[in-house]
Amino acid sequence: MIARWRKKYKAKEVALGLAFMAPALAVFTVFAFLPLWRIVTWGTFESRQGGTRYEQVGFDQYREVLTSATFKEGVWHTVLYVLFTLPVGIVGGILLAVAANRRLRGIKLFQTIFSSTIASTAAVTAVVFFFLLNPVVGIFDVDWLQDKHMALFAVSLTSMWQNLGLTFVITLAGLQAIPEEVVEAATLDGFGPIRRLFRITLPLLSPTLLFLLVILTVSGFQTFAQIDVLTQGGPGRSTEVLLWKIFEANSADRVTIGSVMSVGLFVITALVVFLQFVILERRVHYGNE
Amino acid sequence: MATSRALRRAGWYLLLTGLSLVVLFPIYLTIVRAVSQPVSYVDAGQPLHPVDVQRSVFGDAWRQGHLASAMLRSTVMTVLITVAEVVTSVLAAYALVFIRFPFKRLLFALCMATLLLPIEVTLLANASTIRQLHWIDSMQALVLPFAANALGIFLLRQAFAGIPRDLHDAAKLDGYGHVAFMTKFVVPLTRPVLGAFTLIAALTAWGQYLWPRTVIEDSDAWTLQLAITRLLGTRPEQANVGVAGALIAAVPVVILLVIFQRQIVRGLTAGAVKG
Repeated sequence: MIARWRKKYKAKEVALGLAFMAPALAVFTVFAFLPLWRIVTWGTFESRQGGTRYEQVGFDQYREVLTSATFKEGVWHTVLYVLFTLPVGIVGGILLAVAANRRLRGIKLFQTIFSSTIASTAAVTAVVFFFLLNPVVGIFDVDWLQDKHMALFAVSLTSMWQNLGLTFVITLAGLQAIPEEVVEAATLDGFGPIRRLFRITLPLLSPTLLFLLVILTVSGFQTFAQIDVLTQGGPGRSTEVLLWKIFEANSADRVTIGSVMSVGLFVITALVVFLQFVILERRVHYGNE
Repeated sequence: MATSRALRRAGWYLLLTGLSLVVLFPIYLTIVRAVSQPVSYVDAGQPLHPVDVQRSVFGDAWRQGHLASAMLRSTVMTVLITVAEVVTSVLAAYALVFIRFPFKRLLFALCMATLLLPIEVTLLANASTIRQLHWIDSMQALVLPFAANALGIFLLRQAFAGIPRDLHDAAKLDGYGHVAFMTKFVVPLTRPVLGAFTLIAALTAWGQYLWPRTVIEDSDAWTLQLAITRLLGTRPEQANVGVAGALIAAVPVVILLVIFQRQIVRGLTAGAVKG
């Protein structure tokens, strides 16, 4: 083995290669891998006496927390948030991109406008909507943010708007990657614009849409600033998404429960990414295969 | 025939203008609200145009929100994170493409695995690390967890792999070592990808919220994204100051977007088109 390596690699090269990899690996180790190990193990401890003492309980706490009403509620709110924002993001992105994907004078201006929400961060968007949703100075007379049944939807309006720029930019790039000849051929075959959209454009766009689906879902699971600015999880617990509950657990007595929820978030996110790829892999049309 | 084409074109312009209005409507309403005196504005029935214009509102927001120091802090944080990400990504990607060493696939897989370990997942453990190091409220707490980025390594590795092998061999014959080859050939040749990644890294760092909120407890050490929420508690007759703060915070990004639109779009779509 060693002899084979001697032949294959030069010591100087190996040292240089590892040295070049070292900074990135060091950061990943300290701020990603060790933390994963820590939350996984912390989950096996229960905090006693307000977090002054911890007791090893094995995976009992995992069972308790992951089946608890609190955890399920957090997951449900998160899923709802994704269900609110995802369709608007995808349909809105397609609509804007199809409209802006043509040769017209001044089209660049419209493309800039459509992508403009990229400039708005989550916090800026949340502050803007804080005022737009305020019953006194805002656009609606009703106070959705104080209404248990409407608050989560009202918060999701921020993401619906903020995502438009990103979904537009990505969908437009996908559209522009479709060869013009394909669309022209379909037109010559007598396909009308609607039929062209559903039979040619959207199927060819499916890898892009899949990518969008994944990033919108994952970013939905990572929603935080909007909740913090607009509702702080309230009214009641109606906008406590999973990540909010994890953030709230950043204290000595709640950290072990929060760790289990973090592992839950990790597993769910990984599953979503994995499942979307596996399920859709077969139905998605990849250009050159 | 000509009229029908003209009509159709007019139709597209109409649709595009309508969609632009939908996208810009929240921004427009926000600007109108920011410059209007709130009480007069509500009394006037909240029209679509400004009422009783207050020019001082942006200055008020700037001062009351302590936005100057917050903006400086956010800028420093963004620059440090971006530079660190670019440097660590270039080095790692270069090693993965041009240097021969064992366990390359494994190390690359480890880097990519961190895509599943964003700060949201590791929040509690990372917060504990920062507390143990007594780094609460410090700049290094804001920067170090983001000093490397798997997406950067992925994109740059892909770009570096497109550089012809012959160029590397020729450079080696001419006596270029790895460092010289990297700085004189590889980096200049992949400037478009590097530029796109730099901008995306900067935008992401600038917009950070959860992590600064977690490790910055002293409101005097807040980043801009946190500082604009300071103006939220203001009374209704001052509500426009809060709006103005958010608008101020958006200005630097709007400028970046206007100047570097093409690069930013390339960065955002990098993962999408290539798969």
